[in-house]
Amino acid sequence: MNSILLYALLGVVLFTLGLHALIVHAHLLRKILAINVMGSGVFLVLVALGVRAPGAPPDPVPHAMVITGIVVAVSATALALALLLRMQAKTGRTRLPVERLE
Amino acid sequence: METMMALQWVLDGTLVLALLWLAWRALSSPDLFTAIILFIAFGLMMALAWVRLQAPDIALAEAAIGAGLTGALLLAALARSNDLADRINDDQTTGTGKK
Amino acid sequence: MNSVARSRFSLLFRLMLLLLLLTLAGGLAYAVLSLPDQTVGLSDRVAANMETSGVSNPVTAVLLNFRAYDTLLEMAVLLVALLGVWSLGSAAVHRRVDPEPVLLFLVGVLVPMMILMAGYLLWVGAAAPGGAFQAGSVLAAAGILLLLSGKHFPVRLPGWPLRLVLVLGLGAFVAVGVTLVFANGMLLQYPPGLAGGLILFIEAAATLSIGVTLAALFLGGRPDPEA
Repeated sequence: MNSILLYALLGVVLFTLGLHALIVHAHLLRKILAINVMGSGVFLVLVALGVRAPGAPPDPVPHAMVITGIVVAVSATALALALLLRMQAKTGRTRLPVERLE
Repeated sequence: METMMALQWVLDGTLVLALLWLAWRALSSPDLFTAIILFIAFGLMMALAWVRLQAPDIALAEAAIGAGLTGALLLAALARSNDLADRINDDQTTGTGKK
Repeated sequence: MNSVARSRFSLLFRLMLLLLLLTLAGGLAYAVLSLPDQTVGLSDRVAANMETSGVSNPVTAVLLNFRAYDTLLEMAVLLVALLGVWSLGSAAVHRRVDPEPVLLFLVGVLVPMMILMAGYLLWVGAAAPGGAFQAGSVLAAAGILLLLSGKHFPVRLPGWPLRLVLVLGLGAFVAVGVTLVFANGMLLQYPPGLAGGLILFIEAAATLSIGVTLAALFLGGRPDPEA
């Protein structure tokens, strides 16, 4: 049972890693990568909390939610990438403008 | 039975460490192409994690959509972005300024 | 961290950010660890209603029967994302690159197999891991292989067959739902005898639609007719 908690904690750490990369990086493609990693972390927590006793089958409702989530994530990623390319065509830049934060 | 439990712990521990390392390297790699390739590898290892969590449907969906399709989308976007950057550089150096 | 991050933020900001994120991670980990070991979940209620669902794979039953409305909305999300991508511009014109013979050979071997595999995943989704999304994604991968191998014919499809296939999944879902509203009075409540057949019908339409939508998302823009 504890190995399932290991995956849930991995999900939490992946979410935090992705959030850090989302905040720190200026390049938009890296932000999209970071959001995908955050999504994977959330899915891990959802499914890990749905595993029950070793003999019983797992709870299928989180499985369905995560499959829906994966498809929604890929369509959002596709739209975000199209927006990135459009912004680069318009402004010539793929990074957010750099502000000196003191 | 004890060795089974120990082996399962070793498998889970190795998989978790591999996922952590792949995510860290993918998010902090200086080269974008390497980052995307590492992200695809991360997606494939996630498929293994889904199998370990008794979710084979999610494993199929993650391998096909999460790793395969997202990886293809990211690589295509990187290629088009590099092409756009080259074209913008050419416009600027030749001075046509066509935006 | 690469040099971009280091030049953007001062040391103090980065330390504060790390501290805040560690607090967040700690709080989330505490929340996850303090949950009870055996959650009651919805697994029992799903198992109790499996006979009326028409399939024997619980995940497919949840996706296509018990929570069918969420799947309907998910098909709509896919379509809206594609409309968003299409509204941003037309598809990039490919440079004419002669594809490698290895790629062409592999495409000739792999694409029929992938179509077959997609059909298998669709069919077996009722009893084993599989289903419309997995099958649709394999179809999309076959479509992307075709796009990459230089066969431009999907881009030159005339307008309405492509659009028809794109809305087929959502349309089948909505058609079944509306018909059931008139027949039963409730949206997407399948009569137990017809549930299996309705699920297969919706899944088949959804597989085609998902495959074409994901491949069109890879294309990255509106496919212009030959001008």
